[in-house]
Amino acid sequence: MSTLIDILSSAGLWAAILRIATPLIFGTLGALLSERAGVLNLGIEGVMTFGAMIGWLAVYNGADLWTGVLVAACAGALFGTLHAGLTVTLGLSQHVCGLGVTLFASSFSYYVFRLAVPVAGTPPTITPFQPLDIPVLSALPFLGQAVFTQTAPTYLAIAVALVMAYVIFRTPIGLAVRMAGENPHAAEAQGVNPMKVRYGAVIVGSALMAVGGAFLTLSAFNSFFPTMVQGRGWICIALVVFSSWRPGRALFGALLFAFFDAFQLRLQTVVEGVPYQIFLMTPYILSIAALAIMARRARVPQALMQPYRRGER
Amino acid sequence: MRFERREQRSLLLLVGAPLAAIVVALALSGILIAIAGAPVLEAYRRILIGAFGSRLSATETLTRATPLMLTGLAAAVAFRARLWNIGAEGQFYFGALAVAAFGSHLLSGLPGPILIPVLLVIGALAGMVLILIPLWLRLRFSVDEVVTSLLMNFIAVLVVSMLIDGVLKDPLAFGWPQSQSVVDHAMLPKLVPRSRLHIGLGIAVVLAFVVAFIQSRTVFGLQSRAAGLNPQGAVFAGVPLGRTLFKVACLSGGLAGLAGAIEVMGVRGYVTTDLSPGFGYSGIVVAMLANLNPVGVIFTALFTAIMFVGADGMSRSLGIPTYIADVTVALSLLTMVVALFFTQYRVRR
Repeated sequence: MSTLIDILSSAGLWAAILRIATPLIFGTLGALLSERAGVLNLGIEGVMTFGAMIGWLAVYNGADLWTGVLVAACAGALFGTLHAGLTVTLGLSQHVCGLGVTLFASSFSYYVFRLAVPVAGTPPTITPFQPLDIPVLSALPFLGQAVFTQTAPTYLAIAVALVMAYVIFRTPIGLAVRMAGENPHAAEAQGVNPMKVRYGAVIVGSALMAVGGAFLTLSAFNSFFPTMVQGRGWICIALVVFSSWRPGRALFGALLFAFFDAFQLRLQTVVEGVPYQIFLMTPYILSIAALAIMARRARVPQALMQPYRRGER
Repeated sequence: MRFERREQRSLLLLVGAPLAAIVVALALSGILIAIAGAPVLEAYRRILIGAFGSRLSATETLTRATPLMLTGLAAAVAFRARLWNIGAEGQFYFGALAVAAFGSHLLSGLPGPILIPVLLVIGALAGMVLILIPLWLRLRFSVDEVVTSLLMNFIAVLVVSMLIDGVLKDPLAFGWPQSQSVVDHAMLPKLVPRSRLHIGLGIAVVLAFVVAFIQSRTVFGLQSRAAGLNPQGAVFAGVPLGRTLFKVACLSGGLAGLAGAIEVMGVRGYVTTDLSPGFGYSGIVVAMLANLNPVGVIFTALFTAIMFVGADGMSRSLGIPTYIADVTVALSLLTMVVALFFTQYRVRR
């Protein structure tokens, strides 16, 4: 019991939560935006992998860190355009195309990485984002250590969540996105082109996913290796359902998830006799549990996964 | 520009479109090979040599195609019923693990002719068990099975990792986490002596025809297709949706589990966490390339195996990363879905 309290009261745990949550926040928001407009984007796992690779590669080749993030976002947007082209213009199965984009984007990133960086004993590294030193706040006892020692992209992730919550529920653009995802025919009748809205949402969403991947190589670690995304994309898709397609709850869900993940990492070091794989399983089991609890309660966008073809019902 | 449904489809289109898709995918990969600074045609020639150039490489290609046929069938039967089983990778590992567990100790006393079929059934059952979790979640809580079956893959590999580092660990493997080997008489007979090719290939081909027969000639086949085409309509027509999906899931998970069992009993003899280079995921592509046709899966699995085995050889001689095979296969999935779209629709200005 006292070890539990020790873990919970260490500032390191709370700092780790924000760090673990950051790529999930970006990824979940990206998937959420695209699903709000009616397009499931299972390309997320591959797009995150590609963002992690290309962002790292840009910085490795001399670009500064924010340029790396931007490069990742642009690459993500390109994959988003591909996914939108297949699922919106052609109206193909969103499941199949998403998986295709994931397989393509991840194998393409390994290919590019291998070409650019020859096999070496130790993977080459970059200097990642450093924790921001915020005047006054970072010096606070405990709170300074726990919350205000993050790198800049973490604060950006939280800001994006708040902005997206505002945009989706309080602006005409958000209304158009929701209409495209709820009832594209009605949107069309109101003079909103659901195809264009879906394109926009998928492209911006994919850019966010790629930024989430880039956080892994530019802030959380300092190198790229294949399979480093480790199913985070799929976890994001589960978190979207958990959040009931609301950005504020997505932020909360990602933090809650990160709490469990950070907690199990620390528990691993103190609990003996339990195979470490049991701990590694918990994120995936938690995601499945979250889906099972929330799937019936969540309000699914009514036109999710339904292609829109003008003049066809 | 808009799309209009084709009233009739010419044979040329039906045959030509898939071929065009493969050609386009190969051309796009060719661009990537050219960017890497290698001669493109030479690279493809070396891929063919790598896949068929010698007796050894040809048997190796067929050996690699075997699990792909089975995981491809697993995806094809599930997708036909719109059951999105993306968990073939995990089911493959469960099948492999079950065979390693039962074939090394528990049942090793049985004589070969009995042991081999028993182990194959056990492997298939292990795959079924794993898919029933996402299916149950879908039927009970309406959870989309795509994400749950995907997440199950990660859990399954961790279970394998735990057991081959624990109760199933081979004490003679120098501390390396690998399972104990199945007994010699549990290994599948070789198809070609002094190669790795085993009778699993025959099993996979026969099963492809069996699945084709089930889908086109049985009530269950009709029901599973109806469940995929229009679930509400199917229920209205008296198809028991839950029961049909349960059977489809068992067939799909069983095929994927069988793939794992056959890979252990045919090639490796034991299980490690790198037993599958993504056979489960490649199976999805194999199924889609075949447009979910079970007999077509035989050929698309062969195509995929050629790319993977051939790329290994090409990579050694030209220095192109072997990942080009994964890229080509993924690209061909995307070009294929587009090609199949244009067999159904035409462009109107």
